[in-house]
Amino acid sequence: MTFLILMKKPLLSINSAFLTFILMVSLGFSVSAFAANEVSEGEPEKFNANEVIIEHVLDNHQWHFTDHLVLPLPIIVYSSERGLDAFSSSHFFEGHKGVEYNGYKLEGNSILLASSGEKVLDLSITKNVAMLFINAAVLLFIMISVAKAYKNNSSKAPKGLQSFIEPIVIFVRDEIVKPNIGHHHQKYLPYILTLFFFILFGNLLGLLPGAANLTGNITVTLMLAVLTFLITNLSGNATYWKHILWTPGVPLPLRLIILPVEIMGMFTKPFALTIRLFVAITAGHIVLLSLICMTFIFHSYFVGIGASIAVLFISLIEILVAGIQAYVFALFTALYIGMATAEDHH
Amino acid sequence: MEFLTPGTGLLFWQIVIFIGLVLLLSKFAWKPILSSLKEREESIQTALDSAEKAKQEMAALKSDNEKLLKETREERDKILHDARTAANRLHEEAQTSAKKIGDKMIEDAKSIINTEKQAALRDVKAQVAAFSMEIAEKLIKKNLSDDKSQRELTETLIKDLKLN
Repeated sequence: MTFLILMKKPLLSINSAFLTFILMVSLGFSVSAFAANEVSEGEPEKFNANEVIIEHVLDNHQWHFTDHLVLPLPIIVYSSERGLDAFSSSHFFEGHKGVEYNGYKLEGNSILLASSGEKVLDLSITKNVAMLFINAAVLLFIMISVAKAYKNNSSKAPKGLQSFIEPIVIFVRDEIVKPNIGHHHQKYLPYILTLFFFILFGNLLGLLPGAANLTGNITVTLMLAVLTFLITNLSGNATYWKHILWTPGVPLPLRLIILPVEIMGMFTKPFALTIRLFVAITAGHIVLLSLICMTFIFHSYFVGIGASIAVLFISLIEILVAGIQAYVFALFTALYIGMATAEDHH
Repeated sequence: MEFLTPGTGLLFWQIVIFIGLVLLLSKFAWKPILSSLKEREESIQTALDSAEKAKQEMAALKSDNEKLLKETREERDKILHDARTAANRLHEEAQTSAKKIGDKMIEDAKSIINTEKQAALRDVKAQVAAFSMEIAEKLIKKNLSDDKSQRELTETLIKDLKLN
């Protein structure tokens, strides 16, 4: 089991490292290009690639498709002083400059009380929350219609959407969950299937033009990793805890080292899950946007054509990455659960 | 650093939506999909198994049939053989008994013929005797119608007596 992880990890980190490398290069490149641009020309409306990219990658209270098409999103805030409040985010963006509204003000992406400057509990439907809703709706719609197809089309060969989803479901069941968890797998299958399809659809939908970077948001990946962590540790059996707290076959002095390592290992697993998905997806988005932004930085057709070709290929890679990351997250979740529920073979 | 700081609102919604998604999809999507997949796999497995079983049964049936056919053939041969021997025996028996009856009939006929012949001979003898007597009477009557011939006869008779 551990050998498998060790085998797989370098491969994945090579992938992420490659993307991060491209990200670094292109970011550095675009930033320096932008800097050069700023120095040489004093254009009235300067193009700030850094801002564009960061704005896309981060969450936002409005959905910025183009400069002329901005979807204001509802803001829901709660503070002990003012209770629950809900209003449109468009109030904050009147005249392109942050204004106070109803006693709240927007600073960066956080909403503060205008009077005291205190942070409020922000439950707004931000861009990523809206994307989350869309993702969940698409997922529900597709999966329930597929489930219906099974009911209406029972004992017949699958067709349409059903025949697209079925092999993926079978793949997750037979290649990810069954071999790693073993005979308890039935119990964890719904969670891992949901996890896999949530990440896959999030990754793929995120690649659409104008879409938000949902699965490249650390909040989302953290929540998924924490859920996996909870499920793993709550279903951990005596053998699992014994291995962590009192690793068998280790001399006593070594236990002083092993115990902290084992306990750290419990937390590094979800941490790795969080960072891996976050980095892989965010890096991909940044690479794509950097390539697109190069056209606007250089104001050149050649760069435009070159960047478009590059974007095309990176997009294809991103589609691959979308699948790989969903697979990897589901695989590691299954692996961790399998390790926690495995029977003692010693 | 804003990259790495989780947003409270998104976290809240993510927890709500994702857990809701797990529950809803488990109930309305994964359960029916997985159960139908399992059902289908099982039905395919049973179909394959039953096909295999049917094949074996067919083979068994075929060998049974052949065995049966062989037995039947043997039995038929045996019956034919028996029938032939029986027919032969009957034939012989019939022949012998017919011969016996024929012989007996011939014998009977012979004996009847003999008796009849004896009876007829007796009859003929009696009649010949009667005719002879009649003829003799008539002859005697005619020969002895005069005195002379009566004397002669008496004399011969006496002569015979004397000789004796």
